[in-house]
Amino acid sequence: MSIILILLSSAIRQATPLLLAALGGLFSERSGVINIALEGLLLAGAFTAATVTYYSGNPWVGLAAAVGAGVLVALIHGVACIQFKADQVVSGTAINILFLGVPALLSGAFFQSTGATPQLPNGQLMPLVPIVLAFVLVPVTWYVLNRTPFGLRLRAVGENPEAADTAGVNVTRVRFAAVMVSGALAAIGGAYLSIGQSSLFARNMSAGRGFIALAALIFGKWRPVQTMLACLLFGFADALSIQMQGVSQVPVQFIQIVPYVLTIVVLAGFIGQSRAPRALGIPYQKKR
Amino acid sequence: MNALRNLLFPLAAVAAAFAVGAVVVVAVGDSPLSTYTLLIGSALTWPDGIGYTLFYATPLIFTGLAVAVAFRCGLLNIGAEGQLYAASFVTAWVGITFAGLPAILLVPLCFLAALLAGGFWGAVPGVLKARFGAHEVITTIMMNFIAVAVASYFTQYHYKPQGDPILETVPIGDGAHIARLGKFIPGFPERIPLNLAFPLALIVCLLVYLFLWRTRWGYEIRATGANPAAAQYGGIATGRQVVLAMSISGALAGMVAVNEVLGYRYRYYDGFSAGYGFTGIAVALLGRNHPVGVILASLLFGALLRGGLFVDIFTEHVSKDLVMVLQGIIILFVAAEALFRGRMGRRIKGV
Repeated sequence: MSIILILLSSAIRQATPLLLAALGGLFSERSGVINIALEGLLLAGAFTAATVTYYSGNPWVGLAAAVGAGVLVALIHGVACIQFKADQVVSGTAINILFLGVPALLSGAFFQSTGATPQLPNGQLMPLVPIVLAFVLVPVTWYVLNRTPFGLRLRAVGENPEAADTAGVNVTRVRFAAVMVSGALAAIGGAYLSIGQSSLFARNMSAGRGFIALAALIFGKWRPVQTMLACLLFGFADALSIQMQGVSQVPVQFIQIVPYVLTIVVLAGFIGQSRAPRALGIPYQKKR
Repeated sequence: MNALRNLLFPLAAVAAAFAVGAVVVVAVGDSPLSTYTLLIGSALTWPDGIGYTLFYATPLIFTGLAVAVAFRCGLLNIGAEGQLYAASFVTAWVGITFAGLPAILLVPLCFLAALLAGGFWGAVPGVLKARFGAHEVITTIMMNFIAVAVASYFTQYHYKPQGDPILETVPIGDGAHIARLGKFIPGFPERIPLNLAFPLALIVCLLVYLFLWRTRWGYEIRATGANPAAAQYGGIATGRQVVLAMSISGALAGMVAVNEVLGYRYRYYDGFSAGYGFTGIAVALLGRNHPVGVILASLLFGALLRGGLFVDIFTEHVSKDLVMVLQGIIILFVAAEALFRGRMGRRIKGV
C-alpha cells in the first residue's frame, strides 16, 4: 500500500471517535446546552464497552452497554444544568474530572490493575462498525436536524427558547433528549477507542479527543457536514503526526497543535465567522 | 448570617460528595470508614502529612485565586493549566539561561518571568474575548494544549540533558533556588518540598483580597462581572476589564512555577501538574471565589492529594482515583447549588 493510502485510512480511523463525539456535541449544543463533557463521555463509553465485552464476550453487548452508560452520564449533566440550572461549563468540567477517576478506579478494583481492563481477543473487537456508523450518522444528523419536527424543535430551543416555549414546545424535554443523544453518540466514540482501535481500556485513553471534537464542532460551525470535514482534517493531522514520529525533521508537537490553533483562529473570526446557537449556555427559566 | 451560609453550603457539598464517594468505595469492596480514615489521617501526621498537604495546597491556592479573579469578572478561566505550564517553562528557561546570576537578581527575574508568561497566556484569551467575542472557555481549553505542546517541543529539542530518558530540562542555576521551609522550622525536615512559595501564596491571597475589594480596578472588575451592561452604562470599559482580569488570572496561575520550578524540582518537568489548573476550578467554586475560601478549599484538596497516595497503597481495591471522583462530585454539587437551596430557597422568594 502506498503511503497516501496508509495515511488516508489512518486519518479516517483517527477521525472516527472525533466525529462521533462531535456529532454528539452538535445535538446538545444546537439545543442550547454546552457540552464540554465529551471527554468524560468518551472515557465512560470506552471503559463500559471494554468491561462489558470482556464479561459477555460479545462486542455488540459491549457497544449497547456503552450507549447506556453514555446516556446515564449525560443525564447527570442534564439534571445538573437543565434541572438545577448549574453553569453548563462547570458541570461539564466536573463530569470530565469525575470520569477521569471513575473508570480508572473501577478497572483497578475489578481487575486488580493500575487502571486498565484486560486485553480482549481479536474476535471480540469491533474495528469497522463504529467507523461506518460515524459516517452514516452525518447525513442522518443533517436529516434529523433539518427535516424532522424533532430537529426543528431542537434548533428552536437552541436559538430562541422563549419563542419555542410560547409555541408549545417543552424546552426542558427537548434539551434533555438532545443531551441524552449526545451522551449516546460520544459513548460510541469511546467504545471505538477501546474495542475498535485497541483491545482494552486504559487510563485516560481519550487523551484530549473530547476537546478536539469540541474544536471540530466549532470549526465546523455547528453543522454536520462541515463538522465531519473538520474531524477528517484533524484526524489527518493526527495520522500525519503518528506516521512522522521519529522519521521527519518536523517536530510532532507542531502538527499536534494544528486543531487548537485553527479553532482559535476561527473563533476570533479571522477566517469566516463561527456563530454559536444563540441560547447556547443559557439555562431556560420558564416565566409564569 | 450570610457568612454562615457561605460556610455551611460548601460543607454540605463536601459532606454529600463524601457520602456518594462512600457508596463507590463500598461498591468496589472496601470499607469507607477505613478508607476515609486513611485518606484524611495520613494528611494530618507531623511532619510529613502536614508538610506534603501544605505543599500540594500551594499550587491550588494560586490556581484557585486565578479562577476566582476571572470568575469575579464573569469569566470562566479553564486555562489555568496552560498558564501554569507556559509560566513554568519560561521560568525554567530564565533560570537556565541566566544561571550565572546571583540569587538576589535571579530569583526576582525568575519570579517576574513566571508572572509575565502566565499573564501573557491569560491575556491572549482575554483580548480574543474583548476584541473578537471569542468565548474564553473554548480559547483557554485550546491554549492549554498549545502550552503543553510548545513547552514539550522546546524541552525535547533544545533543553533536555543528553541521554536523559525523562522529558525534562537541564537544571536551573543554583541562584534561582528558593529555600525550603525546613530551613526555618525546627524539627521540620528539608526533604519535604514545602518551600517559600507557600507563605508567598498566603500573602498573594491578602493582596488579591485588597485588590478586589479595596481598589478601583478591583471594583470595576467586580462590577463587570456582576452586570456587564450596567457596568458599561456606568462608564466602565468592560473590554479592558476582561483583558485585565484574564491577565491577572494568568499571572496568578503562573505563580505555580515558583513552587514547582524554583522551590521543588529546580527544572521544567513535562506533565508535572496533577491537574492543578482544573482543581483550581473546584477550589474557587468551593471557596466561593473569596481568597479565604480559596485557602480553606486548597487545604482540603491538598490533603486529599496527599491522602490519595496512601489510599492507593494501603487499601485492597480503592486507588487514588477516588480523589478525582470526590473532586468531580464536589464540583457537581457546588455547581447545582439549587439542589441544596431547593425548596427553602424557592419558599423564601415566594416563587
